[in-house]
Amino acid sequence: MRKNNNSNSQISTFNSQFSAFDPKNEKEVRTQDTLCVNESQLQHKWYHNLKYLIVGILFGIVFVKAEIISWFRIQEMFRLQSFHMYGIIGSAIAVGILSVWLIKRFNIKTIYGEPITFTPKKFSKGQIYGGLIFGLGWGLTGACPGPLFVQIGTGATVVAIVLLSAIAGTWVYGRLRDSLPH
Amino acid sequence: MIEWLKQPWPWYIAGPLVGLTVPTLLILGNKHFGISANLRHVCAMCFPADIKFFKYDYRKEFWNLFFVLGAFGGGVIASLWLANPQPVEVNPALVTELAGYGINDYTNMVPKQLFNWDYLLTANGLIMMVGGGFLVGFGSRYAGGCTSGHAIMGLSTLQWPSLVATVCFMIGGFLMANVFLPFILG
Repeated sequence: MRKNNNSNSQISTFNSQFSAFDPKNEKEVRTQDTLCVNESQLQHKWYHNLKYLIVGILFGIVFVKAEIISWFRIQEMFRLQSFHMYGIIGSAIAVGILSVWLIKRFNIKTIYGEPITFTPKKFSKGQIYGGLIFGLGWGLTGACPGPLFVQIGTGATVVAIVLLSAIAGTWVYGRLRDSLPH
Repeated sequence: MIEWLKQPWPWYIAGPLVGLTVPTLLILGNKHFGISANLRHVCAMCFPADIKFFKYDYRKEFWNLFFVLGAFGGGVIASLWLANPQPVEVNPALVTELAGYGINDYTNMVPKQLFNWDYLLTANGLIMMVGGGFLVGFGSRYAGGCTSGHAIMGLSTLQWPSLVATVCFMIGGFLMANVFLPFILG
């Protein structure tokens, strides 16, 4: 709350610092493909991001310990040979639904006192075509983007190539975006 | 305590913990869980190439890069101090199938026989690692999110486009694992 007082001046410094980005285009581009647009109006020092680092560490540990990063577990899931991954995804969604409902019901604010907001995702054919393409890749690599980072951390260094290739795939999508059906 | 932590964690412990990522990120700063967006941020940061899709202020998304850096660190910590010394236990039917392709080493969660630097230079290794990675990156951005952004965050907020995406993720995965992968590995 305290930081609210001088947030305006901080924002203007921030904007002039990064004026390379056209503000009108900026908003439009960032909202494409449901990029997080519910950003804070507060400007924080970089170390405020350390809290996300800690959440990430806990997330990574859970992914290893529950074998979510295991190629074998993903193969089991896609062959309906185990309930494990369905249990994880299902209970994660259940907890997610309940907590989002509680946040809305009790109008819970962030730790900085800002409101928590939600942006509806717009339907596009990309969710079908892209979803199928993503699924094919998931079945091959046995990893969606989250586990890729965790796998490298566990010492599977060659997965860095998978990650670089995924970054290349993202870049090619960005390049071809206007000519793809959406 | 440490001995207990070293066991593989059951789904009913891990799933709710993964689900708690959603309110944690929201309460810490109104952030929406979604990991594949980081791949886009890396493009925006390193090779924007004057493509409109990559021209945005990625500095506002640094929190997410910290998150995946943490996920990497979590992998390091868990494998150093909380590793389960036992091989990964999977369904016997899968063991039989994979044995047919010569895959029988379960000592690592990422199969050592498939994901190593020598295998990368084979045709199959290129398909699995370079090809698979490309499909993951291209597909997740085309779909507007991956398992975290659509299946977990999107379904937690009851958005039907995310359900469409999640169903398509699963269809793609079923096709790969049951139709194409036996052909590639076999």
